[in-house]
Amino acid sequence: MQENNCCIEKVINFVKDLEKIYKQEKDNLISMLEEIQEKFGYIPKEAQKELSEYLNIPMAEIYGVITFYSRFTLEPKGKYSISICLGTACFVKGSQKIMDRLKDRLKIEPGQTTKDGLFSIDETRCVGACGLAPVFTVNGEVHGRATVKMLDEVLDKIISDEKNM
Amino acid sequence: MEEKMINLTIDNQEISVPEGTTILNAAKQAGIDIPTLCFLKDINEVGDCRMCIVEVEGRKGFATSCIQTVEEGMIVHTHTPSVLEARHVILDLIISNHAKDCLTCTRSGNCELQKLAVKFNVLSVEFPGEMTKHRVDDLSPSIVRDFNKCILCRRCVAACKNVQGIGAIDCINRGFESCISTVGDSSLNDVNCTFCGQCIEACPTGALHEKETINDVWVKLKDPETTVIVQTAPAVRVALGEEFGMPIGTNVAGKMVTALKRLGFDKVFDTNTGADFTIMEEATEFVERFKNNDNLPMITSCSPGWVKYIEMNYPELLPHLSSCKSPHQMFGAILKTYYAEKESIDPKKLYVVSVMPCIAKKFERQRPEMKEEELYDVDNVITTRELARMIKQANIEFEKLQDSKFDNPMGEATGAGAIFGVTGGVMEAALRTAQDILTGEDLQKIDFKQVRGTEGIKRAEVEIAGKNISLVSASGLSNARKILEEIKQGKADYQFVEIMACPGGCIMGGGQPIKDSKTQAEVDIKKLRGEALYSIDEKSTIRKSHENPILKTIYADYLGKPGGKKAHKLLHTYYYKREKYNI
Amino acid sequence: MKTIEEIHEIRNLKRKELDIRVNTKADTREKHILVCHGTGCTSSKSPQLLETFRKILKEKNINNVRVIKTGCFGLCAKGPIVIIRPEDTFYAMVKEEDCEEIIQKHIIEGERVTRLLCKDIDGKIVNSLDELNFYKKQKRIALKNCGVINPEDIDEYIAFDGYRALERVLNEYSQDDVIKIISDSGLRGRGGAGFPTGKKWELTKMAKGEQKYVVCNADEGDPGAFMDRSILEGDPHAVLEAMEIAGYTIGANKGFIYVRAEYPIAVKRLQIAIEQSREYGILGKNIFNSGFDFDIEIRLGAGAFVCGEETALLESIEGKRGQPRVKPPYPAQCGLWGKPTLINNVETFANIAQIILKGSDWYSSIGTANSKGTKVFALGGNVNNIGLVEVPMGTTLREIVFDIGGGIPNGREFKAAQTGGPSGGCIPKEHLDTPIDYESLKEIGSMMGSGGLIVMDDTKCMVCLAKFYLEFTVSESCGKCTPCRIGTKRMLELLEKLCSGEGSEIDIYKLEKLAVNIQKSSICGLGQSAPNPVLSTLKYFREEFRQHAIEKECKTLECKALSKITINPEKCKACGLCQKHCPVNAIQGEAREKRTINQDKCIKCGTCISACPFHAIGN
Repeated sequence: MQENNCCIEKVINFVKDLEKIYKQEKDNLISMLEEIQEKFGYIPKEAQKELSEYLNIPMAEIYGVITFYSRFTLEPKGKYSISICLGTACFVKGSQKIMDRLKDRLKIEPGQTTKDGLFSIDETRCVGACGLAPVFTVNGEVHGRATVKMLDEVLDKIISDEKNM
Repeated sequence: MEEKMINLTIDNQEISVPEGTTILNAAKQAGIDIPTLCFLKDINEVGDCRMCIVEVEGRKGFATSCIQTVEEGMIVHTHTPSVLEARHVILDLIISNHAKDCLTCTRSGNCELQKLAVKFNVLSVEFPGEMTKHRVDDLSPSIVRDFNKCILCRRCVAACKNVQGIGAIDCINRGFESCISTVGDSSLNDVNCTFCGQCIEACPTGALHEKETINDVWVKLKDPETTVIVQTAPAVRVALGEEFGMPIGTNVAGKMVTALKRLGFDKVFDTNTGADFTIMEEATEFVERFKNNDNLPMITSCSPGWVKYIEMNYPELLPHLSSCKSPHQMFGAILKTYYAEKESIDPKKLYVVSVMPCIAKKFERQRPEMKEEELYDVDNVITTRELARMIKQANIEFEKLQDSKFDNPMGEATGAGAIFGVTGGVMEAALRTAQDILTGEDLQKIDFKQVRGTEGIKRAEVEIAGKNISLVSASGLSNARKILEEIKQGKADYQFVEIMACPGGCIMGGGQPIKDSKTQAEVDIKKLRGEALYSIDEKSTIRKSHENPILKTIYADYLGKPGGKKAHKLLHTYYYKREKYNI
Repeated sequence: MKTIEEIHEIRNLKRKELDIRVNTKADTREKHILVCHGTGCTSSKSPQLLETFRKILKEKNINNVRVIKTGCFGLCAKGPIVIIRPEDTFYAMVKEEDCEEIIQKHIIEGERVTRLLCKDIDGKIVNSLDELNFYKKQKRIALKNCGVINPEDIDEYIAFDGYRALERVLNEYSQDDVIKIISDSGLRGRGGAGFPTGKKWELTKMAKGEQKYVVCNADEGDPGAFMDRSILEGDPHAVLEAMEIAGYTIGANKGFIYVRAEYPIAVKRLQIAIEQSREYGILGKNIFNSGFDFDIEIRLGAGAFVCGEETALLESIEGKRGQPRVKPPYPAQCGLWGKPTLINNVETFANIAQIILKGSDWYSSIGTANSKGTKVFALGGNVNNIGLVEVPMGTTLREIVFDIGGGIPNGREFKAAQTGGPSGGCIPKEHLDTPIDYESLKEIGSMMGSGGLIVMDDTKCMVCLAKFYLEFTVSESCGKCTPCRIGTKRMLELLEKLCSGEGSEIDIYKLEKLAVNIQKSSICGLGQSAPNPVLSTLKYFREEFRQHAIEKECKTLECKALSKITINPEKCKACGLCQKHCPVNAIQGEAREKRTINQDKCIKCGTCISACPFHAIGN
C-alpha cells in the first residue's frame, strides 16, 4: 500500500533496509527506485540523496534516470489514480475521448494531481485488457468497455462518496 | 606488432589508415573536414547530433563518422545530395529549438552552431515549431546556464561527469523535453558543482558561460577616488593572444601589460609574485609538516575548484590540505595591507582585480574567509576571455601593442611563479624552495622534470637532504579522486601532493579562450600553453621563489618569518565540510 | 534437487494425469475446469471465478473435479473464459453468479449450460473449442502450452515435454549442433526486424570473451500488442528452457529477463518459474549432470518503450537511462557491460525447445520461403474476435481478419490494418490478400514488428491514426539524437495542423521530407521507423491527407475541428433519445421539437448517432 506524506526518517530507513538487500552496484539503481516508488508512490528527494551516497552516483544522474522512466514520479499520486489506456487497441475504440473527458472534468493533464490531492491522471500503454477495450483503471481496478458516460458515473460516485465521508 | 592498415575510398580518394581509425579521422587525413557538433575528441564520442553522417556504399542508413571505424574496401561519400539534405534537415531542426538571439550572445562569432549555419547558408528555419523553455540559472558566482541555447550535444555532461567525475549536470527528461540540468533543476550553487568551468570550455554554443563582471571594473576604472590594481595569473599571458588571432602558446605578457595600462588600471602587478608568496608559505609549511610527520601527505590548495571539491567529497581529508591561500588571494591581502600602508592608500579605496584563467576564482573571491574586516582580499575576478573583451571594447589593437613591464615594486616575479599555471608546476616551484630550506644550501639542480608533462597523474620520488620524498601531481578532478582514494584507503605513501582541478592545470582553466572541437582535436593546446610557461621560467634570471628580492623585503619589513604569525593571518586560510547538495 | 530419473518419472506420471487436457476422448471420470488467468480475463475478475468454483465444489463435496488456473486462451473478447475438459466445453463471459449453474448442470447433471456457451460470429453456438472459427486456421507452437497447463506448476510443464530439449542439448549436442538446428529451422527474430536467430547465436558464440550473457527481451511496449506477455503468463518455463539452451550454445552462464513492470502477472509467474527451476536443479550448477551452470535474473523495465530496442535495453539493465547505442558494434560483440550478449525476444525463445525436439525440417516446413514457422499476433481494434492468434507465416491478412477475427463489427467496412505498431504501417484493403511474412510486409510499407495487428473500420481517420502513432513516438523518444528528438516532434506538429484544419499542402510535403530524413539519420530502430506510420498512410490514403489540408474536411468524426455532427430535420422524429444520451448536453430542443446540435458544446463522441433509432444523425 502506498504511504503518502511520509516523513524523511521513514524514507531513509526504508532505503537503508533496501541497502541490505541490494549490493552497492550501479545497475541496482532502477530496481531500488522501483521499490521506493512502489512503497511511497513517488521518489522522495531524501531517497534520491541516500541512493546517491550508497551507489556513488551523482544526484543529477539519478534524477535523469527518474525523469526518463515514466513509472517513476517526483510527486505523490492522488488518492484516486486514474489511468487511461492509450494503447492502439483502446485508442481505436475511442479511449482518447475518455481521456479528453477526464482532463476536462478534472482540469489537469496526465501526470498531474488535482489540487485537493484526490485525483491524478496517467496515460498508460496497454494494460493488457485489449479484449475489454477501451479501458481505464482506478487504483489498478480495471473498468472495461468504457464510455464517457461510464467514466462520468465512476467519477461522480467517488466525488459523492468523498463528500459523505 | 605492426599496425594493420585499412584501405578505403572517401570522396573518390583512396587512402590507407590504421585499423580502428574512425571515418571522421580517416577523412581528415584525406583533407576532408566532415562537420560535427556533439563530437569532442576523447571526451564526447557518442554520435548524438547526427551532423557527421556520411553515406557508406552498401549500407542501409547513414554511418556515424565520428565513432564508426573504417572497414577494408569501404567506399564513403561525405556530400551526396541525400547526405547534404539530411544534414540540412538536422541543422534546421537543431536551430528550430535554439534561441536564435545571436546578436546578444557571448559566443557569437565563436559558436560552432553559428559556423555551421553560415556554412550551410541557413536563411530561414524550414521546420519551425514549439521550443523548449528553460529558466536561466545565473545564481552562482561563476557560471551562467542558459539552456535555451542548448543543443543537447552533451559535451558539458561528458566534461563534468567523465572528465571531472563530478556529474553536477546530466541529461534529464525524455524526448523533446530532454534537457541538461541539475537534480531537481536546482541552481549550480546548490549542487555538487565545483565551478571548474570545464563545461564552458566544452560547450559549442552560448548555453554556458562565465558570470561576467567587467562592468564593475569599468565603473571603478572611471572612479577617480579609487585606486584600481590589476594582477594577472601566469596562465593568462600564454592564452590571451589567442583571442586576438595569435597562435596558441604565444606569450603576450608584454602586450597584456601595455593593454592593461591603456585600460586605465593604476597599477599592473603580476600574480606570479603572489605565487612566490605561496611557495614561501607552502614550502615552509611542508618542511615543518615533513619534519614532524604531521598530516602527510600535504596537498596543495591553490586551485579553488579543487578546494570546493575536497570540502564536498572528502571532508575527512581536509587536514591534509595546505592552509595557504591561493596566489592571487595572498597577493590581494598583501596589496590591501602592506602595499596600501606603504603607498598611503586607504585600503577601502583600493580595488583589486584579478585576471584569472579560472572561474572558480570568482567563487573563491567571495568566500567569507577571504576577507579581513569587511575588506575582501580581491574585489573582482575576471577571466582571460573577459579581459580580451575589455581590450576590444577599449578599441585597442592588441596585436600592434608594444611590450611593457609589470609595475614596481610588486612586479618582479620568479620563474617558479610562472610555472604555477601548469600541472606539476606548483610542486616543482615548491621543491626548489623546500630543498634549499632543508639543506640550507643554494642548490643548482632546480628542474624537476619528473613532474612535468601533460599526463593526468605524475608520480615521482626525489631525494632531498638525504631523504626520499614521494610526490604526486594530479590534474583533473577524476585524477584527484584516484589519489584521494589511495590516501583514504592507506594505499599510498606520499608526502607531497599537488592537485589542480582542471586537466592540465590553470592553462586549461574554465576562463581561458574557448577552442572549437576541431582545434581541440587537432592541436595539443595543453602542451603549447604549458611549454610557453616553462620557457618563461627558463628565461627568468631568478627561478626560486625565496630569492625574489621583493619577497625578501616584504618579509623583512612587514610579514616577519614565512609561516609566522602575521603571515598566517594574511596568507593562510581554513576549510570546512560542505554539503554537496542543498536542495 | 531432482535427478534426471526423477524428472523423467514426474514427466511420465504427470503426462498421464494431464491427458484429459489434450485428449477429448480421455477415458476418465475426472474433470478439469480451466479458468483463464491471462491479464484480460484477470481484469474481468477471473480469479474470483476460480475461488467460487472451488468453494462450490467443496461444499458439494465433489472430489473428481479440479479447478486450474491457466494462461491465455487467446479469445480475449469473450473473457472471462472457462473451459471444461476433457469434453472441451467453452464458456464465455462467465460471471461469478454463473458458477453454481455450471457446477450443478454441467458437472453434476452432465448437461451443457447452453446460455453460457460461446457463440461464433455467425451466431452458431459452439460446443467445443475447436469448432470455433477463431481456432481453425491457427497453428500453436509458441502458444502450445498457453491455456493448457498451469503456468505456476513446473510439473505440468515437464509433463508436456518440458525441459526435454534442454536435457537433450546438454547431453547429446555440441554447441555447433544447436546452431545448425536453429539455423536450418529458418527461425527469425520475432521482435520485429527478423534477424536470423541461428546467425545471431553463431555470432555471439564466436565473439571472444570469457563472460557472455543471454538476455530475454520481454519489454513488449508496442501499444496494442500482448503476445509476449501471454507467453510469459501462460508458459514461462518455455522461455527459461530456451534461455538455458542459448546459454549453453553461446557459452554464457548468466541470463537476464528484462520485463515490463506493467506486467505484474507475468513477473510473478516468471519468479515462480525461476524458483521452481532452481529447486529442481534445472537452473543453477551442473544442470542435468552436464557440468553446465546457468542462472537467470529478472530486471524490471520502468516504463520506457525505447527499452525494447536492444541496446537501450542493455543500458537500462546497467542502471542507466535507456538510450540506444550506435550500432555497430552489435551486442553480439559488445553488449551488457561490454561483453558479448545474445538478445532474443520472448516469442523467439518460445519456439526453441520445440525446434530442438521436433527438428529443423519440421519447423522449416511451416511458413513461406524466407519466413519459417508461425507468428503470434495480438488482434485488436475494430474486429469481432479480439485476442491472440498464432498462424503459420504466409497466412493472408484476409484470413486473419475475416476468418479468424470474424470480420468487422457493427456492419462497418474494413478500412485498414496496422501492423508493427509505431514502427509499422497501415495496410489498406487492396493488400488484404498479401500472404504475411517479413518481406511481404516490408514491401507494402509496413513491417512485422512484434505482432500487434490492429484492425480499423471506416470510421477511422488515417491522419488521426498517423498522429496517434507520432504522439506515441514523441512521448517515447529517448531524446538522444536530433532527428528523433526534434524531428518527430515537428512531424507531430504538422499532423496536428492538418487535423485541426490549419494545414496546407506544403505541410504534407514537409512531413514527407522530414520522414525520409528521420528514417535515414536516426540512431536506433525507434527513430528510423518512427516515420513509417506517416509514410504508409500517405502512401495509401494520400487523398485523405489532401482533404484535411485543402478541403479542410475529415470524413470521420475524429478530427473535431473538421467534422460536424448534424441532425437531419427530415428524419428527426423529435423523440429526444439523442438528447438523453448526450454526455455534454450539446443537443438543444424542447419536448416534441426537432432537435439541433450546439456545435460549440459537441465533443463529437458519436453517442447520439448510435442512439438515434431513425438514423437521422450523421456527419
